[in-house]
Amino acid sequence: MVEKLEAEEKAYTLYHPRWYRPRVSTYWWLGRWPYLKFILRELSSIFVAWTVVLMLLAIASVERGPQAWAHFLAFMRNPLMVAINVIGFLFVVFHTVTWFNLTPHAMVVRVRGKRVPGLMLSGPNYALWIAISAAVAWLLMR
Amino acid sequence: MFSAGGVVAALLIPVHLFLFGLAFPLGWIDPPSHAKIAGLIAHPLARLYLFVLCSLPLFHWAHRFRYTLYDGLQIKHLNEVIFFLCYGGAIAGTVIAAYLLWNIGGWPR
Repeated sequence: MVEKLEAEEKAYTLYHPRWYRPRVSTYWWLGRWPYLKFILRELSSIFVAWTVVLMLLAIASVERGPQAWAHFLAFMRNPLMVAINVIGFLFVVFHTVTWFNLTPHAMVVRVRGKRVPGLMLSGPNYALWIAISAAVAWLLMR
Repeated sequence: MFSAGGVVAALLIPVHLFLFGLAFPLGWIDPPSHAKIAGLIAHPLARLYLFVLCSLPLFHWAHRFRYTLYDGLQIKHLNEVIFFLCYGGAIAGTVIAAYLLWNIGGWPR
């Protein structure tokens, strides 16, 4: 009789109590600098989108004629727009630098079993970036 | 599309923001005359380039911003709203870009 009771107690079931998940504060990212840096990196995407909006405005103004183009340039001279664009430029360069620095992590290249150093993967990206930027600038400044 | 947008954004967006947001308006570099820039963007390849420039980074933003809102502000319960605002915005921008670029006249000169 006692052995049968012990055998019943040892039976496993599928039931498991819920895992404990502490609630995370909405401001967790303000706690440490690396967290804040991560959020800032992700928020740089907002200024990427802002640049696209700016380019669409520029294209629309060029299509409407010389006066609209001049008006667009004058609008961008507004101190508020200058401030937004300066901050935006810093964030957009931040996006580029962090994106290229992630390339060796995202794509691990091995030559003859040894891992290629990160700079050899991100370096060409930087070089390409400079070259393409120079080409675009040259096209527009000719 | 997120990573494609990220690469396009990393390579092309800084120079465009610098030129059109700062250098041209503030006169650091002489802005191109209207005739020149209108001639430049009329070219089909230029329009294709601008379409890619204006479309892919928007999808990059949409994906990244959506997850920043989830992880940063812990508002995953607003899933549907965030999804529509982010990807809807990206699609809207793409449609606007397509409409603007399709209707550019003046080619061939």
